[in-house]
Amino acid sequence: MEKEELSIVCFSGEFDRVLAAFTLATGAAATNRDVSMFFTFWGLNVLKKKQDHSWIGKGILDRVFNFLMGGLNKLPLSRLNFGGVSPKLMTYMMRKNNVATLPELIEAAKQLGIRFIACEMAMHILGVKKEDLIDEVKEVIGVATFLDYSKEAKIIFI
Amino acid sequence: MKHFLDITKEHCPMTFVKVKLELSKMSPGDQLEVLLNEGEPLDNVPKSAVEQGFKVTSIRLGEKPHHLVIIER
Repeated sequence: MEKEELSIVCFSGEFDRVLAAFTLATGAAATNRDVSMFFTFWGLNVLKKKQDHSWIGKGILDRVFNFLMGGLNKLPLSRLNFGGVSPKLMTYMMRKNNVATLPELIEAAKQLGIRFIACEMAMHILGVKKEDLIDEVKEVIGVATFLDYSKEAKIIFI
Repeated sequence: MKHFLDITKEHCPMTFVKVKLELSKMSPGDQLEVLLNEGEPLDNVPKSAVEQGFKVTSIRLGEKPHHLVIIER
């Protein structure tokens, strides 16, 4: 049986939206779909090796932007963020209710072989290099290649 | 070889993720028993296993809400 394909464009760097993207991605991969995740703009923060605030980039603007945005541990909630307290509370509530947390979903995505792709243009603007991203990012591509990869796929933008 | 997985305390999507990862460890002839809840896991775990080329040899409806699905490679 031919596998269905799903491509998720991860534009958001907000905790709840990223959670939705990984829930969808892992659920799809676990039910026999071929899944790719294309991370662009704020979504790139999810893939940074340094998960807290760090000075990434060459120029002053790159470094300030990347420092302020931070990595996976610093993703804000899209609403009621309360200075970064809410994502921690949300993670606590998820654990308490035996629901997979964001790091657990990301680990599951890696184990399921979901393809992590980074947007070349967004990386260029933000001064992020491939070596700043986790090793699971095998490809850095542009929109034309992404669309080519996704010819047979359903595309979801988050 | 027999494998066993209890996903009655898991929630979506980890119900499917755990089954998928366990299925990927199986060799031909191996059997996986999955204890699961009715509703989405019972509706979709057997279906998804069949789509991946596995054989669902038995679905034992136990005392609600727990059921046992046996999958063979």
